Amino acid sequence: MRNNAKFKKKLADAAAYLVLIIFAVIAIYPILQVLSISLRPGDRLLSTSLAIIPDDATLAAYKELFTGRPFLLWMRNSILISFVVTSTGVVLAALAGYAFSRFKFRGRNVGLLSILVTQMFPATMLLLPMYIMLVKLGLINTFLGVIIIYSSTALPFCIWMMKGYYDTISPSLEEAARIDGCNQFAAFYKVVLPLTAPALVIVALFSFMTSWAEYVVAAQVLQDTNLWTLPVGLQTFQANMSTEWGLYAAASLIVSIPVVILFLMLSKFLISGLTLGSVKG
Amino acid sequence: MIERNRKLFPYLLILPAALVMFGVVFYPFIYNLVLSFSNMSLRNFREWQIIGFDQYYKVFFEPSEPSFYTIFLKTMIWTVVNVTFHVVIGVMLAMLLNRQIKGKSIFRTLLILPWAIPQYIVALTWRGMFNYEYGSINLLITKYLGLPAVEWLRSPTEAFIAVIITNIWLGFPFMMVIALGGLQSISNEFYEAADIDGASAWQKFRNITVPLLRPVMIPAITLGIIWTFNNINVVWLVTSGGEPADQTHILVSYVYRAAFGLYRYGYAAALSMVIFFILLIFSLTFMQRTQATKSAY
Repeated sequence: MRNNAKFKKKLADAAAYLVLIIFAVIAIYPILQVLSISLRPGDRLLSTSLAIIPDDATLAAYKELFTGRPFLLWMRNSILISFVVTSTGVVLAALAGYAFSRFKFRGRNVGLLSILVTQMFPATMLLLPMYIMLVKLGLINTFLGVIIIYSSTALPFCIWMMKGYYDTISPSLEEAARIDGCNQFAAFYKVVLPLTAPALVIVALFSFMTSWAEYVVAAQVLQDTNLWTLPVGLQTFQANMSTEWGLYAAASLIVSIPVVILFLMLSKFLISGLTLGSVKG
Repeated sequence: MIERNRKLFPYLLILPAALVMFGVVFYPFIYNLVLSFSNMSLRNFREWQIIGFDQYYKVFFEPSEPSFYTIFLKTMIWTVVNVTFHVVIGVMLAMLLNRQIKGKSIFRTLLILPWAIPQYIVALTWRGMFNYEYGSINLLITKYLGLPAVEWLRSPTEAFIAVIITNIWLGFPFMMVIALGGLQSISNEFYEAADIDGASAWQKFRNITVPLLRPVMIPAITLGIIWTFNNINVVWLVTSGGEPADQTHILVSYVYRAAFGLYRYGYAAALSMVIFFILLIFSLTFMQRTQATKSAY
């Protein structure tokens, strides 16, 4: 009987590994293709070879990127903008989500729906009026302009996400804290918020990605080359007659590195294993 | 005094987020609403005027190839197939990663890569992979499976499948990360208790995992549907703007083509409003059926 259970566990583990390996291969194969393009000399996008590292591999694209182009400046701008958007997104969503989860107040359902409504409009059609508005407010060519737009794009998901996660935490926790003499805000900040770490991580990652990879708005708002973000800068490799595929691919790989680092840093909270068991109602 | 503070508290929590969001969305929305009743196009760019419901009439009844209804149907298929795969693959991988197995941090990192890399370059890479002669997918099909090569991007159906495959690949890591976060809110005690009662793996999934994952997944799925419905990037890049012959459009890429390819701004604005109302009706129904606004406690 014991052995049987052990065998079953082993079999399940083996199946789990198999599925994970298959999906890991599917996930990285196209990215290896990008790597392959970045190593090819002479900007060839297509190749009949299935080899990942071409015979005539060269690191010229990477060298050009860091020495010949203002790649580090774009990187700095992108990091700055993404950092502000991420902090704003996390703080505002943590507050608003809590209100939507815990309080019955007039306009609650309408509010939740309106947040969703902001996502329903085709984004391309919002561009022109958005641009006119930023011009009137004098926010063209400022980081603040893109930061406001990115925050407003990221917040709807973030608020709903936080609201959903607060919903899984029992309100009896705050009641206990209030009885112990905490005020309303302290009960939220000291007792509930730490338990939402996994959701805060998701919200942070999402806000970061919203601003990190965005091109269309950034291209409209940031016209001064010194203010360009990575996606806008990368687009210049496509200018003129031909696309510099090698540069483009190399830059894309490097652009994804900060995201991976951020994920690695945050993922220990995502898999925190913080037992919420004791607080379940 | 205290009673009044209590009532104000939730509004104070929401105020900062509301200011940022509605400031940015409200004005563009009104602007677009006005435009949808106008005759603005390349010809009437400066002296456009309000002409009533003409543009809406054109959206529904103007004979065009492909028609509004065909594109609408395609958009529905596109949305349902994509979101279903995103959620199923995402939740499955999250549950596997939540097991006590070795090397899961490596798998976790590899599996989020499709989300981490800029969409533009991978969409074009997938386009290359679907290429008839050079693409690695056809090379794999013919060399290792011995099957005939597929004309991925030249015929409408195959091109549509190719876009869907690309978008599924791009989207599953997001749902995986959310499901992974959601699983952390489920206490092990539930599973232990179920084990003592002799519950099967399926029963545990059905009666513990699904209901407790719901509060976190429902918002993600609702927004996932809205985003997929309005996702223009992938369609546009993989099929290079609706090729072959405008056969691979979904509604939102059709709006883009009407506005920036054919310069029919009024028409594009009206079509945008139609998309908006489709999604609004959907969301209201979906949220009511899933009771997404209700709290769990």
